Amino acid sequence: MEYVLIIISAVLINNVVLTRFLGLCPFIGVSNKFTTAGGMSAAVLFVMTLATLVTYLIYQYVLIPLGIGYLRTIMYILVIASLVQTVEIILKKISPPLYQALGVYLPLITTNCAILGVSILVIQKNYNLLESVVFGIANALGFGLALIIFAGLREQLELVDIPQGMRGVPISLILAGLLSLAFMGFSGIVK
Amino acid sequence: MNQWQNFTKGFFRENGVFVLLLGLCPTLGVTTSAVNGLGMGIATTFVLVMSNVIISLVRKLIPTKIRIPTFIVIIASFVTIVELVMAAYVPDLYEALGIFIPLIVVNCIILGRAEAFASKNSLISSFLDGLGIGLGFTMALVMLGSIREILGTGSFLGLKIIPGEPILIFILAPGAFLGLGYLIAFVNKIRKAP
Amino acid sequence: MPKPSTFKNMVLTLFIVTFLSSSAVGLVYESTKERIEEAKINKKVKALKNVLPDFDNNPMNDAYCIEGSSGNLMFYPAIKDGQRIGTAIETFSQEGFGGDIKLLVGYLPDGTIHNIAILEQQETPGLGDKISPKKSNFLQQFMNKNPRTFRLLVTKDGGAVDGITAATISSRAFCDAVQRSYTYLQKDSQS
Repeated sequence: MEYVLIIISAVLINNVVLTRFLGLCPFIGVSNKFTTAGGMSAAVLFVMTLATLVTYLIYQYVLIPLGIGYLRTIMYILVIASLVQTVEIILKKISPPLYQALGVYLPLITTNCAILGVSILVIQKNYNLLESVVFGIANALGFGLALIIFAGLREQLELVDIPQGMRGVPISLILAGLLSLAFMGFSGIVK
Repeated sequence: MNQWQNFTKGFFRENGVFVLLLGLCPTLGVTTSAVNGLGMGIATTFVLVMSNVIISLVRKLIPTKIRIPTFIVIIASFVTIVELVMAAYVPDLYEALGIFIPLIVVNCIILGRAEAFASKNSLISSFLDGLGIGLGFTMALVMLGSIREILGTGSFLGLKIIPGEPILIFILAPGAFLGLGYLIAFVNKIRKAP
Repeated sequence: MPKPSTFKNMVLTLFIVTFLSSSAVGLVYESTKERIEEAKINKKVKALKNVLPDFDNNPMNDAYCIEGSSGNLMFYPAIKDGQRIGTAIETFSQEGFGGDIKLLVGYLPDGTIHNIAILEQQETPGLGDKISPKKSNFLQQFMNKNPRTFRLLVTKDGGAVDGITAATISSRAFCDAVQRSYTYLQKDSQS
């Protein structure tokens, strides 16, 4: 039951992008097409789950026992960078078209604040290993959900006339704001 | 370009937030007040300047293939130093900024400048580049923070200046998006004006 | 002209950079360690001084834990001139709108609430966050009341507490936390 709560909270109530403001660069950058949004979400799901798991283990079983918890930020980002490198290599082998489509956005997953953010959050929330992994997966799903909805909306935007100054990023941000507003409706559903 | 242009480009021509569209996460996440925006901006500027300086100093010693991980380690170290110093000397601000302090390490502006500029330019140029872009970033954060604080709480710097009920949404998540969207549109308009 | 990317160079560079960075960070850690601890303790001490009448002991040194059905709560006794003049209890509620609410409730020996400090809350700014004394008078109504006669429920639920308009959930959660501390207080005085 606890886990269901964690999942609902991460996907809907405290959506990692629309409420916590993490993962915005790829959100604005990759969401203009449905297919790339889907591919990015899958990549993020993989990296975020693994990253949460590995960083948690390193923090609890290496950093804390050695008393060097303050090296957490450095350690985490190196782990994430390595994981992304690995995903790149694997993706190149398994699905070159997807690798091409994601292009420069794939290495940018390293600087996706959502991944580092979620890894730090599970420590702040004092989750145990299983809760942390569930939280990681749930947040990645929330990221994917927001990304895919947003991509759908943006594809609609292409068909509409927008004032010059608003084109591109400004209207996307306004749209994101409205989406965020919509998601606010989810708060309190577990009460 | 001369050094003055190098320094000032960060404020308008190549503003990290309004033009380069980088570093959006902290921009939206901490701008619930002008002070928070200022604090985050200064912390980020410190990391940006220090990492630009160090990377520029050692740029000839780092093998190309390993440069990104090296930059990341250097940036992450300065972020950790900022974390510790803030926790020790400004604990209230440290708590207010929360998770966004360690997230400075993935602020695309910093890695972006390291890769695009500091690794290829002299010490003085890199220092000024970092300082200019950092201060420009701070300016953007303070602008958004002020707007959100004034409209969303009716106060500025903690002092109530607009009577009555404020427009709550600006302090909440959607308000960040809306605020930044309109701000960028406004900046765009100014930039395109003859 | 950067150094050639031979394997030896890469490993050496990474090793040196990591070593120097960790040393620099370690140095800063050592010099800020004490101050950070102090800041943490000061925060607690400030809250204790806020919710309890003047004391001359160190409540943190004399703290003890009471176990109960909803977990363990920390008790901080306040002593002056050898007499017990109050107890501060660290309590919580999981019913908050935005997350857990943590309070420090200061009781006089007869069970009257002296004052309450909010340690942690994530309620909606402008609505639920009015439980904070900086935002409204909500908290004041609890002061100098004894839960024996002052029912810790919002008026909607038949109690004596004037809830915050449009923030019933936050108000209820606040009452829940205070009630929890009172229940444990009674448990303590019975033992």
